[in-house]
Amino acid sequence: MRLEPKPSPTMVETLAYPAGAVLVTVLFASLLVLAAGASPFSVIYLVAKGAAGSQFALVETLTRATPLIFTGLAVAVAFRAKLWNIGAEAQLYIGAVMTIVLGTGALPLPAPILIPLIMIAAMAAGALLLLGPAALKVRFGVDEVVTTLLLNFIVLLFVSLLLEGPLKDPMGLGWPQTKKVIAEAQLPRLIQGKRLHFGFVIALAAAAATWVIMKKTVFGYEMRAVGHNPEAARFAGMPVNRILMKTALLSGGLAALAGFSEVAGLKGNLTLDLSPGYGYTGIVVAMLALLNPLGVVIAAIFVAGIFVGADAMSRAAGVPSYIADVMVATALLTMVVAVMLTRFRVRWR
Amino acid sequence: MTDEATTTSGAQAGTPVLRLSGITKRFGPLVANNAISFALGRGEVVALLGENGAGKTTLMNILFGHYVADEGTVEVFGDRLPPGDPHAALEAGIGMVHQHFTLADNMTVLENIALGTQPVWSLRLDRGRARARIAELSADFGLAVDPGRLVSALSVGERQRVEILKALYRDARILILDEPTAVLTPAETEALFATLRMLVAKGLSIIFISHKLNEVMAVSDRVLVLRGGRLAGERATAGTTRQELAALMVGREVAPPQPAPVEPGAVLARLSGVSLRSDAGRLDDVTLDLRGGEIVGLAGVSGNGQAALAALLAGMVAPASGSLEIGGRPVTSWTPRAALAAGVGRIPENRHAVGTIGDMSVAENVISERYRDARFSSRGFLDWSAARGFAQSIVDAYDVKCPSPDARIRLLSGGNMQKLILGRALDPDPSLILANQPTRGLDVGAVSYVHERLLEARGRGAAILLISEDLDEILTLSDRIVVMSRGRLSAPSARGERSVAELGELMAGHGLDAGERGHAA
Repeated sequence: MRLEPKPSPTMVETLAYPAGAVLVTVLFASLLVLAAGASPFSVIYLVAKGAAGSQFALVETLTRATPLIFTGLAVAVAFRAKLWNIGAEAQLYIGAVMTIVLGTGALPLPAPILIPLIMIAAMAAGALLLLGPAALKVRFGVDEVVTTLLLNFIVLLFVSLLLEGPLKDPMGLGWPQTKKVIAEAQLPRLIQGKRLHFGFVIALAAAAATWVIMKKTVFGYEMRAVGHNPEAARFAGMPVNRILMKTALLSGGLAALAGFSEVAGLKGNLTLDLSPGYGYTGIVVAMLALLNPLGVVIAAIFVAGIFVGADAMSRAAGVPSYIADVMVATALLTMVVAVMLTRFRVRWR
Repeated sequence: MTDEATTTSGAQAGTPVLRLSGITKRFGPLVANNAISFALGRGEVVALLGENGAGKTTLMNILFGHYVADEGTVEVFGDRLPPGDPHAALEAGIGMVHQHFTLADNMTVLENIALGTQPVWSLRLDRGRARARIAELSADFGLAVDPGRLVSALSVGERQRVEILKALYRDARILILDEPTAVLTPAETEALFATLRMLVAKGLSIIFISHKLNEVMAVSDRVLVLRGGRLAGERATAGTTRQELAALMVGREVAPPQPAPVEPGAVLARLSGVSLRSDAGRLDDVTLDLRGGEIVGLAGVSGNGQAALAALLAGMVAPASGSLEIGGRPVTSWTPRAALAAGVGRIPENRHAVGTIGDMSVAENVISERYRDARFSSRGFLDWSAARGFAQSIVDAYDVKCPSPDARIRLLSGGNMQKLILGRALDPDPSLILANQPTRGLDVGAVSYVHERLLEARGRGAAILLISEDLDEILTLSDRIVVMSRGRLSAPSARGERSVAELGELMAGHGLDAGERGHAA
């Protein structure tokens, strides 16, 4: 087997290969379902129904997609500049901490002022958190994969310390959790009595803004240039290091918004199980979206739908919901292959 | 081994050892090789001549089993070669010396040569036998090299000898050399040619791939000219001329540029005693003046500091000691952006890795040095219609073949890419132009186009530093020539003042002692 480069893909190919990737994912999951002793057709139907078959399902999927859009955007922006930010999880938690610090009554302000203020503070905290690894990278060539990954654990332990200490809710019966944010710091629900909140709208706006930054601005152009070929960018006179630092600020800030939106929109307080790995799943989302900010929205809803749908399915069909992890992982792998196939032709001999 | 096959007469010497019949290879809509047939005789040197993109490399990759031909067959010594199997090609006695060497730097010559000739599970090399065999081959073919030395300690010419020995060690009967002289000094080239003559005298057959006409004339028995994937012509070397071959290669008559003499103007850039160390190499007390309306040609064997000098003028590195003056003012904070602001137009050596960003569009690439100008952006937003318009103007003015300003630049040929870089560099009318290997790998048509544009800029009064490994190019274009060797610069010589042999001596590092060391006026 050998790979030969191909001229730029046709429109049909660009659409057919991702569709094929989804199909292969479903086929592969079907095999596992068969092995688990259930009917693939009913399981796939149940997953789809659980993800989008009712208003409740749809609302749940979009609620789950909201933090994934933020972390997906954070990763997409960083990866576009080849800044390997694996630390969206830590930035998410720092954003959540900032929301609690400012949102539990420290600032007695009306909501239209308080909420933007908290957002800015949360973004600043997340941005600063990624600035360290970025500075170590451009200054000393320290691998940011290692530093950002390890920061996840450090920050999680730090949050744990806060939850047992200064931020612990005195009325919490000893549980490691914080006080709830005040009413002025809460994001409104989009539908009365449902979990979907205004954070989803902010996420869509963030995706649109990120798209504009990437496509239309000088900064986005510099970011893409540095990501594609830092050597050529430097030769052309671009301040490569400064661009990487600015990219880190944007990426860290976007990831922190996930923490803000989960606390202010959904949970109200901060616990150690605020994120079931949204920061890491954001990497999958960004890759599935091929780092396109608008694609991130679709990919986040797709991934969230599989998780939500699989939960519902496992209750009805008795197949473990771990199938969702397998499906998301398979989708990522098949997508990578699909992208490769749009650029190379495989020859068998 | 007999010596009867030492005929160097024109056509088919001896019996055919290799026969290609109707080789066709398509890449999508592109036909890289179109029904190419030829035979190679025993003890014959056939030169494969063609512009870049004519299909030489594709054809050799098919022959060597890296690609599978869509149609046609390859026969070696009368047996059909299974397609797409490099191992079978090796077994059949085909040896290839690539343009870029494939040696392990951290291993000895002996290890490199014997690598892969023994089963992987044999625990140790039979060094004694290998050494004796290498000594025998070295003596037979004048390929002197010490088998015990590390490859990293060898000169480029020696490394090439190791590559040839590697092929001979595997009993190659047919040797393919891909642009073998690109990295050699004139003297090393002569030595290589002598070796090739010994090889054919022993009955080996050689395919010599080149686009340099004088070498093809010097070394081959027969010339095959490829153009646009087809065999454009076949000539016995003795019965043809450089002009005829050039015309076959390009498909029309080509006239060499005739730069009219101009009176050099003011000093636009002055290097005084500049020394530096950088990733690109080292400069040692370099002094040089670049004057308006003058092309200074920098000759030298690759890796002797030319890249460091280019990096300096491009703003990538600052002098560690000594001074650099641009336009009469010494530079202080020296960056690529400062160089651009000072009016330096830069044509980098490597257009793929440094000159362009392959996955970005033509428009995105042509504005990469100027995107902050009010012309292309305001308040942080880029004006894409202005960028596209600028790209289109370069495409039109420089006759670039590209589908649209939105096409990824990776899809363009080397020549078209270089024209875009040229357009980007020359658009602001730079007073100083750094042209580093501006025509490397380009076809004859594109080469003459680049030369015309450089001479045009010279006519406008720009100072040009032309760095090239192609001595012919330097000799044709330069008003003054300096030679670089081990980071030092020779004294300049006017057009025609030094012979090729003298320049070759300087390139090899002779005569660059303290007394002669370069202090250009």
